[in-house]
Amino acid sequence: MRGIEEAAKHIAAQGESRARLARDPVNQAMVNNWVEALGDGNPAYTDPEFARGSVHGGLVAPPAMAQVWTMNGLHGTRADDDPLGAMMSVLDEAGYTSVVATDSEQTYHRYLRHGEHVAASTRLEGVVGPKRTALGEGWFVTTRTTWSVAGEPVAEMMFRVLKFRPAGEPAPAPDPAAVLRPVISRDTEFFWAGTRVGELRIQRWGGGTLRHPPGPVAPNGDLAAKPDHVVANGTGTVYSYVVHHHPKVPGKRPPFVVALVELDEGVRMLGELLDAGPEDVYIGLPVEVSFVRVDDELTLPAWKVRS
Amino acid sequence: MNAGVGTELPQLSIEITPTFVVSTAIATRDFQDVHHDRDAAVARGSKDIFVNILTDTGLVQRFVTDWAGPEALIRSIRIRLGVPCYAYDTLTFTGRVTGRDGADADIAVTGTGGLGDHVSGTVRVTLPGGPA
Repeated sequence: MRGIEEAAKHIAAQGESRARLARDPVNQAMVNNWVEALGDGNPAYTDPEFARGSVHGGLVAPPAMAQVWTMNGLHGTRADDDPLGAMMSVLDEAGYTSVVATDSEQTYHRYLRHGEHVAASTRLEGVVGPKRTALGEGWFVTTRTTWSVAGEPVAEMMFRVLKFRPAGEPAPAPDPAAVLRPVISRDTEFFWAGTRVGELRIQRWGGGTLRHPPGPVAPNGDLAAKPDHVVANGTGTVYSYVVHHHPKVPGKRPPFVVALVELDEGVRMLGELLDAGPEDVYIGLPVEVSFVRVDDELTLPAWKVRS
Repeated sequence: MNAGVGTELPQLSIEITPTFVVSTAIATRDFQDVHHDRDAAVARGSKDIFVNILTDTGLVQRFVTDWAGPEALIRSIRIRLGVPCYAYDTLTFTGRVTGRDGADADIAVTGTGGLGDHVSGTVRVTLPGGPA
């Protein structure tokens, strides 16, 4: 949930998108198509003689067409800085793949006349969720659009959509038991037995050579050697790290940090950094081990910032 | 125009044929497949193609100006969607004047189909002929 809210905050902070011009100026052909389809017989839209003598003094476009002029159309693409498009992508990623409009509040400052070229700019006003709805769990995304002609605002709209995961589809919420499980072999069994009891164990070969990840044969090639282990004191520093965005990982909500930690004993070990985000992690960050219990069989080592 | 608070607007019923759903979606330049492709709509969990929100705004406007006349000025249209309005439904609009402020009137509008209330909202309109 935090990832969605943070993305929303980021997109909202970008403010209003650049004004995007409609494909066509306001024109009679599109008005005709619209009034024919909707069955609207208002002569102010179609009858020049009536319109001239009316309060409008000439033909006007139906106010409710405000949004129509700037629709992206059949092969249209969203503008790069369109906040609704950006928010839709975030929610698609999180598994909320379907969309339905729920609210529209349009205010018209004046009627539009033929030849006027409308431009729209939009900002993200808010993202609320997750909410249980009849359609499924989802997020309400609210945007505010201003239409203008040569810089003069002519109409405004609050538009809200529900971006939802259709009921019956699997939940995207991290299931802690759904992690990728390690393959546990005879060579690594001691390590996972250690994490189960809260010990970070490092394989040790004759002469005190430590090795991680553990291997089947001594580093010096002595086939007769048998390893034992030491228990690490569990502290170290971040040697390197990655921020994982894609692909999806079961049980995790991206982005998350995976750190390669150099332990005080000298070996390096991988694990998720639990309490420092992409902005907070750095090479050299002091960390300590934290054991994440998945179930009776599996406990994963991970890292927390050392205070 | 005499339209005090409580005045009921004449009902408007519209047969929501597939042609209506498709032609209004295209006339509003909304090419989302759920408004013109039944297979796609069904695959997305809908029973059939359904009316888009830009058409709802337009129908609510038409319902009010059919009553108020072509000299009326639409100031705002606020709508909230309820149950979907699928092809082969009949949508019936009812409305009532809920507020007056000089020549301005607020009209509460509801569009009801076979599944229940599909759209409800408020239209602010300046009525012709000055204050009632």
